[in-house]
Amino acid sequence: MLFNTILPYLLSGVSVGGQYALIAIGYTMVYGILRLINFAHGDVFMVAGILMVYISASGLPLYVSIPVVLIATAAIGFLIERVAYKPLRTAPRMSVMISAIGVSYALQNLVLYITGGLNQFYPTIPFISQSITIGGASTKMVTVVTPILTVVLMVALVLLINHTKIGMAMRAVSKDFETSSLMGIKINNVISATFVIGSFLAGVGSLLYFTNYTTVIQTSGAMPGLKAFVAAVFGGIGSIPGAVVGAFIIGICESIIKGLDIILFKLGLSKQMMGLATFSDAFTFALLIVILIVKPTGLFGEKTTDKV
Amino acid sequence: MTMNAKRNMQVKKVNPSNLIAAAIIAAVYVVVFVLEQIMPPTSMLFTVLKKGAVYALVAVSMNLLNGFTGLFSLGQAGFMLIGAYTYGILTIPVAQRAAVYQYYDGGLVQFAMPVIPAMILAGLVAAVFALLIGMPVLRLKSDYLAIATLGFAEIIRSIFQWDKLGKLTNGSNMLRLFPSFNDFNIKNANGEVVVYLSTLVPFIITGVCVALVVMLLHSSYGRAFMAIRDDEISAEAMGINLAKHKQQAFCISSFFAGVGGAMLAMYSNSVQAKSFTSAMTYEILLIVVIGGIGSVTGSCLSSFLFVACSEWWLRFLDQKQMIGSWEVPLLRNGFRLVVFSVIIMVVVLFFRQGIMGTKELPDLFRKKKKASEAGKEGAAK
Repeated sequence: MLFNTILPYLLSGVSVGGQYALIAIGYTMVYGILRLINFAHGDVFMVAGILMVYISASGLPLYVSIPVVLIATAAIGFLIERVAYKPLRTAPRMSVMISAIGVSYALQNLVLYITGGLNQFYPTIPFISQSITIGGASTKMVTVVTPILTVVLMVALVLLINHTKIGMAMRAVSKDFETSSLMGIKINNVISATFVIGSFLAGVGSLLYFTNYTTVIQTSGAMPGLKAFVAAVFGGIGSIPGAVVGAFIIGICESIIKGLDIILFKLGLSKQMMGLATFSDAFTFALLIVILIVKPTGLFGEKTTDKV
Repeated sequence: MTMNAKRNMQVKKVNPSNLIAAAIIAAVYVVVFVLEQIMPPTSMLFTVLKKGAVYALVAVSMNLLNGFTGLFSLGQAGFMLIGAYTYGILTIPVAQRAAVYQYYDGGLVQFAMPVIPAMILAGLVAAVFALLIGMPVLRLKSDYLAIATLGFAEIIRSIFQWDKLGKLTNGSNMLRLFPSFNDFNIKNANGEVVVYLSTLVPFIITGVCVALVVMLLHSSYGRAFMAIRDDEISAEAMGINLAKHKQQAFCISSFFAGVGGAMLAMYSNSVQAKSFTSAMTYEILLIVVIGGIGSVTGSCLSSFLFVACSEWWLRFLDQKQMIGSWEVPLLRNGFRLVVFSVIIMVVVLFFRQGIMGTKELPDLFRKKKKASEAGKEGAAK
């Protein structure tokens, strides 16, 4: 009884969690290297959604439009870094963060202008929007695809970071900026690569996320972006597996809280609706604050010491 | 500045630059008052001035924290929300409560307070929340503090929308029918307006609050705040209690954000929790940046500029424009905001000092030979 009641929420939680994870990886990689909360990352995710709407409306088949969207999203990430963050490399961290907020504001306004502020309907991607039934709960194929794809991409990325030259460069840069540039690492290329990978994954995330939610508007990136960041902090910022684990936990908790009223009601634990679904967003942030206070380095984060 | 002026009066004659600054501020108030009497009250100018005054206060409160104490907090919208709700809940006339709280049997609170005490209470409630929130989060550093305060603003937003608190907060419905700026206009027996005060009053409220902030910044507390901003560790070594002073700055900033929230409620005639998003905080942060992080004058100036650009001067970009028979391309709804964001990005990237840098109004009038001294003072701020 308990399992059957919770299962649908658990499934949608795993699916949302996987989508957050794909965004969270971008946050955690950028933070690991630049020590910057890339506030614009959630908006890159949203722009990927809008691009998909417009590109598929132009009549291109899916096997063309999906790669085009992913490449364009990666290009946007690259451009943002070059235009808005690179000139501020030596500036105080707060300036860069403000620039990130500026980019986020600009992207939202640009999309508002292009779409006229109307909800855009996301095109149906045939395979992943199929309906399927798991253990009596009906859901979309995307629910199953997301966690698998997320884990596959995560493993690929970890391999890339641990076993390739560019990965080694990334690790070096995240440890020490100046020393690694003295060692002949082209820092700007490494940072660009980070942004390209992060944005690409956000693009993949947007394909899955918007297949679930079906509409895109200029503000749809803000909340998933913030939650993915929380996931990255929760898992220990800078750690990719941490971000993925954090995102799954947050996705599942959020989804269960959304359905908590109904779950409690069905189990006979409460007699009336409490309106607890309002708190699904708040919970994520409460979790963030608890984590920051109890274990600021997150689940898998490395401990750093401040030097005077 | 006031404090500075006072001290100078006791020791030596008043610094002329302070006098000029005071004269300019007084002139602004007179001009606002006169304009309001002679121009039609529906003019866009007054919308901009009112909203600008509200944003000026909030921007100064944010600057106190981000610019002067070096605490990068993004919780401003949350504290404004608390202030706006406190004001709204306390001042809706008893006769109107049944209409406002139509889904909650007229609500829980069955009295109405006068405007000014309600505004002060709005600030105090926000400050109390800040005290509670500050205890755990102020231990965090830079961007973690930013994201934690942003998170708190979101939590507050969902709590105020919670159905179970509807008797107090009206759930997700809006609060309305409380006194607004227009109620400050003095009317005669026939209900015609004799003296327009609806723009001057927000100016006065903001003026008083900003003056308090400036006085605070020139007190020993303000100097301690700036010491913390410049170097936490050496400030601690000098005997400044970090936790205590950060907590004070956070509460004081939230107090003024709360008052600003109450003013925003008066400006817009209604309050709804869902409008106090993180986007609002970002807007205020951008105002602070454009004005110059660490300049009260800059925050005030850029609030008016920001509001004027976004609500008024760039409006023409949202409509089709013809030059002769040639239709200017790209102009349609929303283009204004695109241009506006580009301007902001240019400021953020290439004019990081903002309009004022760390200078204040009187610094602009110091004589050339005192330039080095003014620079030093500017740096100290």
